[in-house]
Amino acid sequence: MKTFKIGGVHPNDSKLSASQPIEVMGLPAKAVIPLSQHIGAPATPVVEKGAHVVVGQLIAQGTGFMSANIHSPYSGTIEKIDNAVDAWGMPCKSIFINVEGDEWDESIDRTDTLVRAFSYTPEEIVKKISDAGIVGLGGACFPTHVKLSIKAPAKADVLIINGVECEPYLTCDHRLMMEHGEELMIGIKILMKAINVDRAIIGIECNKPDVIKHLTDLSIKHFGIEVCPLKMHYPQGGEKQLIDACIGRQVPSGALPISVGAVVDNVATCFAVYEAVQKNKPLIDRVVTITGDKMSHPCNLKVRFGTPLKDLIDKAGGLPTEGEYKMIAGGPMMGRSFCNIDSPSSKRTSGILILPESKARRNEEENCIRCGKCIDACPMGLEPYLLSRLSEVKNWDLMEEHNVMDCIECGCCLYTCPANRPLLDYIRMGKQTVGGIIRARAQKK
Amino acid sequence: MNIVITSIVILGAIGCLSAVILYFVAKKFKVEQDDRIDQIVEVLPGANCGGCGFAGCQGFATACVNAGSLENKFCPVGGAPVMQKVGSILGVEASEAEPMVAVVRCNGTCANRSKTNTYDGAKNCRIAASHYAGETGCGYGCLRFGDCAAVCNFGAIKVNPETGIVEVDEELCTGCGSCAKACPHNVIEIRKKGLKGRRVYVGCVNKDKGAIARKACKAACIGCGKCEKTCPFGAIKVENNVAYIDFNVCKLCRKCVVECPTGAIKDVNFPTPPVKPAPKPAEDVKPVEPKIEEVKIEEVKVEEVKIEEVKVEEVKVDNKPDAIEQSLF
Repeated sequence: MKTFKIGGVHPNDSKLSASQPIEVMGLPAKAVIPLSQHIGAPATPVVEKGAHVVVGQLIAQGTGFMSANIHSPYSGTIEKIDNAVDAWGMPCKSIFINVEGDEWDESIDRTDTLVRAFSYTPEEIVKKISDAGIVGLGGACFPTHVKLSIKAPAKADVLIINGVECEPYLTCDHRLMMEHGEELMIGIKILMKAINVDRAIIGIECNKPDVIKHLTDLSIKHFGIEVCPLKMHYPQGGEKQLIDACIGRQVPSGALPISVGAVVDNVATCFAVYEAVQKNKPLIDRVVTITGDKMSHPCNLKVRFGTPLKDLIDKAGGLPTEGEYKMIAGGPMMGRSFCNIDSPSSKRTSGILILPESKARRNEEENCIRCGKCIDACPMGLEPYLLSRLSEVKNWDLMEEHNVMDCIECGCCLYTCPANRPLLDYIRMGKQTVGGIIRARAQKK
Repeated sequence: MNIVITSIVILGAIGCLSAVILYFVAKKFKVEQDDRIDQIVEVLPGANCGGCGFAGCQGFATACVNAGSLENKFCPVGGAPVMQKVGSILGVEASEAEPMVAVVRCNGTCANRSKTNTYDGAKNCRIAASHYAGETGCGYGCLRFGDCAAVCNFGAIKVNPETGIVEVDEELCTGCGSCAKACPHNVIEIRKKGLKGRRVYVGCVNKDKGAIARKACKAACIGCGKCEKTCPFGAIKVENNVAYIDFNVCKLCRKCVVECPTGAIKDVNFPTPPVKPAPKPAEDVKPVEPKIEEVKIEEVKVEEVKIEEVKVEEVKVDNKPDAIEQSLF
């Protein structure tokens, strides 16, 4: 079975909620919509305080190049536009909505009927995706229309669909592929048309045999789409790792996947593209996995953005009443632990994981014993022990020389380190600083 | 014997030849450097802290010589005496600058600001700050991991394990400013040391609205603006829900200290606590000064325990106006 060639680790997959069908989450009484749900500049609000909005109405416009539109997931009145506290306790500009009823924009097709035929030009498709505010739902929240606008002479010859879900615990993509396979296929067809390729590969890890069978059966009816079963191997969901695993091409250091003729999109993004293009529905909800070892009811929920995280956690059984626990937004490997459960869910929220202290707490840090395990584990071929040390002593120049910008922050080094060193913490700080230096240098020129 | 003489002669010849070559090479590639640079480096403290804004003491010396004047150049570590020496080497007037000191603008001790969560990542303020708001409800205050202590060349700043925030040793602090640069929340400010070390400053940088700030920390600045109204000299400005006292304008009258409802405004090194009905504060304070200072010297001589006692008393007195204000709330 195929996989990527260097590095990687094999954590226990713990997919507790894999058999739980997607449930639709109810509406909250009050919702908070953050204006920064994507990388790049925050969107600019286009509604005023006191205005009445309906579901699917544009409430904030993406202004920057890397920015994306935000639509109202609820109908109701705009209470105010003010700073809210995000999951990490930081202030973030948000739109507060008092939810009243559930009135949808008339142009949105809310029926379950499959719409197969489409006759849009690639430009029209990209425009529709851009208008719908779709971002990569795999985790990075990179605006999808930017990814699809390929500038000549670069040319894509294959579309790779990320159905890997290599993060332990998370099952949102798994359930989406099982329950919305047909829609997914049409979404992939639309994306293929948008970037003008005739081949698409869906990469799926072998811990989801039901999905592999289901999608292989469906792909027979869709010319050009094939399913590629992959070995279980973290971080296979990383863009560069997935390209290596599926088609054996290696993306050079510092380059984008398009340099080897590939475009990678997540399955959740493909589903959102289907809804946007065929059903005229902007990106207002996504599937979120709420899971954890001590949770009484780990589940997959279809959540509209802006729902408080507390409501989601309560739906899955609530927070543990005794002992300490760690709350993580995302999976256990790349997810970011957070502290404020009153904050809203957003396009970034792919999962919420509640881990007991015994599993989550980091052990006491010890000295590096130069065993080199982190080097073996690094899927980008970097030297994490060295980069982390350079970051500690603030040697940014040397860090840049050692390609810190190639780090994908997958956490394999941290996972394997027998001395429990916070390698990734330091490397991430170094990467931020070096990135800043590089940008400043580019601006000067 | 012959071998000895031959080797001496040959080695001698090689030596002479090398000496001649080295002489001409030294002449040819001689780097012209002003002698005064070395002289200035001699008198500088040699801390290489970068507090002057140049890359180490050598860089500062070179910059002084190249500029030919000492305008806008000051060594915070050496202070006025060193600058006078530098001035005499260059034959120019030394620039005057007041001694500065690092001030931690955070009252978020463990007692004032309780923990809401536990951070188990790398023990580094910058990393913690880039991850989230911190272990308490306040996303602006001291993070308690001591990035500032790590960069201080003089051992002047330390995390106090009891109070949980960093404290500056005024005796050791040179005001070089490296701690202020290292702090990711910009909690540390370099302020004028003041007459006899007396300073009044707002010990809070929380930009949240009053209610949120107060919920996170008992001694937070809630941006109520009382101090701004009280200040007779216009030294206080409230911006973004936090007050700031301009140390160049402040006359140390301490009316704001009494007025502050949360006790966020701190006064240090004053012999007496501020009095609320103070018609002529400057005159009132003067006669009391010498007595207390004498007492202090005695205490240092005797035992440390006594100093602690005195501290406790001070705190009690400080709390009084605070408690009154709180009951008003």
